[in-house]
Amino acid sequence: MDNSLTPPLQLSGADIVIQTLIDAGVDYVFGYPGGAVLHIYDALFKKADQIKHILVRHEQGAVHAADGYARATGRCGVCLVTSGPGATNAVTGIATAYMDSIPLVVLTGQVPLPVIGSDAFQEVDTVGITRPCVKHNFLVRKREDLAPIIAKAFHIAQTGRPGPVVVDIPKDMTDPTQLIPYYYPREVQLRAYQPPQHGDLEQIRKAVSLLLTAQRPVIYTGGGVIADNAAAELTELTRLLGYPLTSTLMGLGGYPMTDKQFVGMLGMHGTYEANMAMHETDCLIAIGARFDDRVTGKIEHFCPQAKIIHIDIDPASISKTVRVDIPIVGPVGSVLRELLRLLRTSPQRPNAEALTTWWQRIEEWRQVNCMRYDRNSDKIKPQFAIETLYQLTKGDLYLTSDVGQHQMFAAQFYPFDQPRRWINSGGLGTMGFGLPAAVGVQLAHPDSRVVCVSGEASILMCIQELATCKQYKLPIKILLLNNGYMGMVRQWQEFFYESRYAHTYVEALPDFVALANSFGHVGMRVDQPDQLAKTLQDAFALTDRLVLIDVVVDPTENVYPMVAAGKGQHEMHLPPTLSERELA
Amino acid sequence: MLVENEAGALSRIAGLFSARGYNIESLTVAPTNDPSLSRMTLVTSGNDDVVEQIKKQLDKLIDVVKLLDLSTGQHIEREMMLIKLKAPSPMREELKRLVDIFRAKIIDVTEVSYVVELTGSSKKLDAFIQAVPNGLITEVVRSGPTGIARGAAGLTPDA
Ligand SMILES: Cc1cc2nc3c(=O)[nH]c(=O)nc-3n(C[C@H](O)[C@H](O)[C@H](O)COP(=O)(O)OP(=O)(O)OC[C@H]3O[C@@H](n4cnc5c(N)ncnc54)[C@H](O)[C@@H]3O)c2cc1C
Ligand SMILES: Cc1ncc(C[n+]2csc(CCOP(=O)(O)OP(=O)(O)O)c2C)c(N)n1
Ligand SMILES: [Mg+2]
Repeated sequence: MDNSLTPPLQLSGADIVIQTLIDAGVDYVFGYPGGAVLHIYDALFKKADQIKHILVRHEQGAVHAADGYARATGRCGVCLVTSGPGATNAVTGIATAYMDSIPLVVLTGQVPLPVIGSDAFQEVDTVGITRPCVKHNFLVRKREDLAPIIAKAFHIAQTGRPGPVVVDIPKDMTDPTQLIPYYYPREVQLRAYQPPQHGDLEQIRKAVSLLLTAQRPVIYTGGGVIADNAAAELTELTRLLGYPLTSTLMGLGGYPMTDKQFVGMLGMHGTYEANMAMHETDCLIAIGARFDDRVTGKIEHFCPQAKIIHIDIDPASISKTVRVDIPIVGPVGSVLRELLRLLRTSPQRPNAEALTTWWQRIEEWRQVNCMRYDRNSDKIKPQFAIETLYQLTKGDLYLTSDVGQHQMFAAQFYPFDQPRRWINSGGLGTMGFGLPAAVGVQLAHPDSRVVCVSGEASILMCIQELATCKQYKLPIKILLLNNGYMGMVRQWQEFFYESRYAHTYVEALPDFVALANSFGHVGMRVDQPDQLAKTLQDAFALTDRLVLIDVVVDPTENVYPMVAAGKGQHEMHLPPTLSERELA
Repeated sequence: MLVENEAGALSRIAGLFSARGYNIESLTVAPTNDPSLSRMTLVTSGNDDVVEQIKKQLDKLIDVVKLLDLSTGQHIEREMMLIKLKAPSPMREELKRLVDIFRAKIIDVTEVSYVVELTGSSKKLDAFIQAVPNGLITEVVRSGPTGIARGAAGLTPDA
């Protein structure tokens, strides 16, 4: 730091908070004001030309919006909320980002330092409450620490395995009358935090030789590919090897899903071919994926014949649930570049004969047609709705989702060819994520089409954000797959509780068209399959308006395939066999 | 473990154990010669995979500067105990003999009680407690074990 030439600015703590954000390159702050952050809001007011604040309608929405912004751009999302209820409202959002390793900096107001611990008005132990669901958190105790701590927060959130960082700021730290010199900390000192930059070359060598001797290889990729912006390297590797690739829910778009080497998502609602290939593979390379229980099914049946290579930046992800043979700790991109270099210089080639046989086997599994559904139904099938969306948009959109059957149908029936286009809550599975996330995505990409696919239960969990969309004129399109049920839960009750539908019928639903209208948006309803494409076209034609399309879908449809909890990955429920008329 | 001497560090570590369902058998914390660091000795249990995962999760904490698994090498382990015993006259000689055998010290005496100080491995402290005749123990205070590796090398932030 060389500030010897110019005298430093004298700023208040509140001004420092805002100036640090500006100097860190932040363009949007998603937030909601309150007593403990009033000084900061006042400082924000003065800098409105340099940093934009988006006023949400609930702090959960602020965090999901910042999260959506981060997922769609790869940059860090930023939120500002008040103490007490502001902070507790933010917790669901923070936990959502934590589970999916999304970089966020969340600034929370706190009661003044001298009264901490006295049950002061709107006091909660924010650092204590958020500790288990953040990558790190800080309580600011000295004004001089504000800028360094905020700079550390950005560094920690965005490097290594990304994650949310909370900075809790007592109100007296931002007192506008107390001025101190301000420097923007260009370098961050953290002696105990040095995320790996490269994988171990020896381990990468071992991986190459295992890959080249494989008979039935599978590439299994996840959210780490997206986080590291390594889709290009992954695509190159996969094409070079010619091996089948499957992805987790979080990795979709890291490799083009329309490509023939893509065998579909794996796991609980993965394709038959992906899960069978996992079951029979002799060499699995896991790339930025964490062997989640929705992927492995019963661990004893997971890839029983495979030697496993695992590339991950977090040593704690390695051998956490499944023991691996060749761990490589490092960022996906740099490890894959090294792997590609070694593969290219190796005299050995993949075993072409074995590979041909392996692909034949995979093609047989594909013939099972595991995602078939009744295309001639007189009701709109949710799968058909997603396929229609794809026909009209062909990948040219950002798709956010809520949680439930509609989320799975979107993942299964909308093929993403690019990363950061599919935005959903996987690890925490937070209903209510979709709409506020779309707010963040639309702000980050004002000229792109942003669609939120939701269910009638999920959408109500953050419906208040329709007002935010109105205020900032966000032309999001909401594709509401309205089956009148908490469909995903109803499906479990049908399969495992003899169709006792305990509290999964969403009684007293609002009129969604009227509801959209009441917020100043456009509402449309469609219940005939042959009207669907037209309705969507009409909605997309309103390029400057938010349109909520209430799509009345078949209430009885289920998501297939399905690996029931506690079952092996190869033990899938497949869709009921269709009559010839239905298949025609 | 060497840990940043910061307010939240201890709860972060303790919280990790409860959140992930790991056992803490004992935990000692105290300052070191470097004022920015505390030293923490933690005793836990679990199979190899669990212990490996515990170490990785601890290492991931930004407050944990250095972590060493003492049980993987030659090391010295010490625990201190203060134990208050009933000492009626017919028992006083026997208790003193016991204190001598264990190389402990009597550090407080009343007409009816002793306070004994004993340092050693946790097993030795257990053995002392076992050896005290039935019904004489009033209070047991143990520090929990602390430890250090044998040899010239020390655990430092950059070692
Ligand atoms: C209703 C519902 C159903 C679901 N069904 C399925 C399903 O059928 N199939 C499925 O796959 N999921 C499903 N999920 C999602 C599931 O719960 C998990 O979120 C998901 O499987 C985890 O994906 P991932 O392994 O890619 O891990 P992520 O959570 O994306 O983790 C990424 C991994 O990459 C590592 N990483 C991060 N950055 C880097 C980097 N720069 N370099 C290297 N490594 C890095 C991280 O350390 C981590 O180990 C479902 C979720 C819901 C809500
Ligand atoms: C906040 C929250 N509460 C409860 C759940 C459990 N849950 C998962 S899916 C689901 C039903 C979702 O219903 P809907 O939004 O209508 O979607 P559908 O499954 O019908 O497509 C519920 C209640 C959850 N994931 N998140
Ligand atoms: Mg529903």
